[in-house]
Amino acid sequence: MENEPFVPGLAGKGGHLIALEEVLDALKLQAGVLDMDAFRGQWRVVVDSSQLHATLKRLKEAWQFDMLVDITCVDYLQYQHATDRFGMVYLLACTERNQRLAIRVLLNEPNLVLPTVTDLWAGADWMEREVWDMFGIRFEGHSDLRRILMPEAFAAHPLRKDYPRQGRGERHNFPVVTRDQS
Amino acid sequence: MPLTLLSGQFSQANEREYLWSLNFGPQHPATHTTLRLLLTLDGERVVDAVPDIGYLHSGFEKIGEHLDFNQYVTVTDRMNYVSPMANNVAWHHAVEQLLGIDVPPRCKYLRVIVSELAMIGDHLVAAGAMGLDVGAFTFFLYGFYQREKIYDIFESLCGARFTNSYTRVGGLSQDITPLTIEKIRDFIKGFPAVLRDMENLLTRNRVFIDRTQGVGVLTRDEAINRSVTGPIARASGVTRDLRKDEPYLAYGDLDFKICCSEAGDCYARYLVRMHEMRESLKIVTQAIENLPAGPVNVDGAQRTGLPDKHQVYQTIEGTIEHFELLMSNRGLAAPCDEVYAAVEAPNGELGFYIVGDGTDVAYRARCRPPSFVHFAIFPHLIRGHQISDVVAVLGSLNIIAAELDR
Repeated sequence: MENEPFVPGLAGKGGHLIALEEVLDALKLQAGVLDMDAFRGQWRVVVDSSQLHATLKRLKEAWQFDMLVDITCVDYLQYQHATDRFGMVYLLACTERNQRLAIRVLLNEPNLVLPTVTDLWAGADWMEREVWDMFGIRFEGHSDLRRILMPEAFAAHPLRKDYPRQGRGERHNFPVVTRDQS
Repeated sequence: MPLTLLSGQFSQANEREYLWSLNFGPQHPATHTTLRLLLTLDGERVVDAVPDIGYLHSGFEKIGEHLDFNQYVTVTDRMNYVSPMANNVAWHHAVEQLLGIDVPPRCKYLRVIVSELAMIGDHLVAAGAMGLDVGAFTFFLYGFYQREKIYDIFESLCGARFTNSYTRVGGLSQDITPLTIEKIRDFIKGFPAVLRDMENLLTRNRVFIDRTQGVGVLTRDEAINRSVTGPIARASGVTRDLRKDEPYLAYGDLDFKICCSEAGDCYARYLVRMHEMRESLKIVTQAIENLPAGPVNVDGAQRTGLPDKHQVYQTIEGTIEHFELLMSNRGLAAPCDEVYAAVEAPNGELGFYIVGDGTDVAYRARCRPPSFVHFAIFPHLIRGHQISDVVAVLGSLNIIAAELDR
């Protein structure tokens, strides 16, 4: 045992080591799984938005994907050959077996609503708030879905592709406090 | 959340009339950076804390959609400005993953060296500032003097002390010089004694232990559930370190340990950071002594890495190559696909989710900032503690607002 070299991915507690392929095979049979592919060794699974919560719950509870690394979103408005407007990305990791998996959901206007995953991972709280702030995607069931980085009164969702980099003149309306008034 | 206490529930509000609200920040010496906390206090006990962030939001991710892969590295410097080298490495690690570039061994080792030096520098600030907040000023000065030496190394390495922008796609801006190697060797020689002094100052200090032990406890399951990574997770018993779990760059060749603790309190986070510095020093020592020869940039024929500056000025081929790569319509061409790549930054898992669209500009450059995730757990850690513990917990989390708000 002492001379055993360290092998990444074998950090489990011994016994049967579940390969990522097994998880993917099981996912193929799951309802709502539309597509899966790999790029540079990273597996992505495209899931229908109605089955998102059930799939993530199953991945967490049955397949020990216990860590939600990140939630983010991509606006495909100007992307060539894109068929959908938004792509949500849930990056999962299994700390036990050291595996990663990305779950993607495609969304279109006007149905920019997804179920929250804060009930599965408490860490999703701020990540979902950021996606709401930056892209305007609502998370149903989120207990505190407020803007997080932009001010409360901000009207737009700045990381959308139809929002210009220079802004829309929001700064002109900032109240100016001079030294005499303060 | 600040409104839920008051609005709608008047009967409860009356019962809670004795509660005070305290506004902590955004400009407060003990927050170190621009962040704000709304604390609800019962006497000196913190009942609730609501973080309010966004004061430093500068749209880094939006800028990432307009700057090319080599230009954006200057923006990553400004994310976690305490360890910009680690951010540079993280950004180009992700870009190279997207482009499918494998950098030469010498570049891998140099990147390991700079990110481990950044790790030491960041931990010195994190531990030092935490000590400063709870009253240990000498400790902080010891740490900052060593940090100054790391700045000197970076200065002779790439010309900049603070915002380094050292990495490039497929390589580095310049190779290491014998002078820099000497400086690193000097640092390796002197640092262990200082680290020992620092530990003597604080690790068994009664006041420090009283202020930090048992404060802000995070259990292992909570740490995983709340996506916590890095030294904070390791202080809670999560044995996750990307340098070991997903050995990128040259980490697979190097011998080092992961430092963990099970206590999960502020003191454990301090201890993990102190031990990690020693391990990082071990990595730097091995890497600098086993530095492979050869080029630092990928072969110019692949048309991915910028050619050597000497070649650009002296040969026509180099000039053409440089010109071709920097022209807006004939530079790098990223595949139309998406990639997530992360490195173990001093604060935790620093990852970039990059979407390529066939050009040399990212279609989307999402940064997974560890500080953002870590600040979200702050209310959970501070509830029930004294108001003086706020600074201890904040210090132990090492929140960098520029990375928090981006």
